[in-house]
Amino acid sequence: MAKVKGYVEVNTQRCKGCGVCVVSCPSDVLELQPREVNDRGYHYVYMKNPDDCIGCANCGYVCPDSCLTIYRKKITQ
Amino acid sequence: MNTSNIVSPENLVYAKPELMNDMYMHYCPGCSHGTVHKLIAEVIKELGLEDKTIGIAPVGCAVFAYKYIDIDWQEAAHGRAPAVATAVKRLNPDKMVFTYQGDGDLAAIGTAETIHAANRGENIAIIFINNGIYGMTGGQMAPTTLNKMLTSTSPTGRDVQTMGNPLKIVDLMALLDGVCYATRSSVHTAAAVRKTKKAIKLAFENAMAGKGTSIVEVVSTCSSGWKLSPTASNDWMVKNMFPVYPLGDLKNI
Repeated sequence: MAKVKGYVEVNTQRCKGCGVCVVSCPSDVLELQPREVNDRGYHYVYMKNPDDCIGCANCGYVCPDSCLTIYRKKITQ
Repeated sequence: MNTSNIVSPENLVYAKPELMNDMYMHYCPGCSHGTVHKLIAEVIKELGLEDKTIGIAPVGCAVFAYKYIDIDWQEAAHGRAPAVATAVKRLNPDKMVFTYQGDGDLAAIGTAETIHAANRGENIAIIFINNGIYGMTGGQMAPTTLNKMLTSTSPTGRDVQTMGNPLKIVDLMALLDGVCYATRSSVHTAAAVRKTKKAIKLAFENAMAGKGTSIVEVVSTCSSGWKLSPTASNDWMVKNMFPVYPLGDLKNI
């Protein structure tokens, strides 16, 4: 069975931690850093559950600061 | 699973548009302006109009729009973007000219310029960001502010008896013969973003085809002006803005 695997690359310096991508994710993959901040003081987003990512790119579409790059690969088992 | 297997150019699904540069945007976190800028950059690239586009930047939060998208821009006086766009388009008929305006710019100080440019049927596209507030100057009441909405100049809520009703300027413009396309959309979900992108693309195609004025209203959030978090602003917009400004095409000929 073919399975889809995704990966979200975050430009942590560009991210402003608005959290719009976190809400848009259907698989609950993303979360804002609870403690870490970038150079501008924002709690940037990271992949909390990277294994659940399906690469749908919903997060990328809604990101106002274009800081997410999304990859998707079909994995055949 | 090793991520290095996934991260390669052939698996790329979505990335920052090529026309957007690396400068950090000055907008507040979660501001809809960034999303719409991104869509404009994507559409211009897809239509191959990088060298043929002239954008007219407004006064308002988007006053620095020219810093983020690598195309030709002209800054206009407050509200006068459609008048500047008229001149630019008439002198350069082979260029794609669009204006990018907020509600204070387009629906308050620039009402006359906007209505008359649309009535003349100038072959321009107007991108209208409606968040119901003057964002840049500190959240004052705008013509598009909703009934009972709190702003810094209507601290007890807008009273329609003394302050007037919310101005639905795109509904007004849809009545004009010079307008070929008037639509209202939003950018709060991925599906809404895709719809808005299609609307912007159609507006830009109309401008190139010389069909008349196209206006795309994007119902947006202002989390700083509304005093809400970005995600709560999106929920507030769905609950309060959409009943007054319903999404969908108002005119498409």
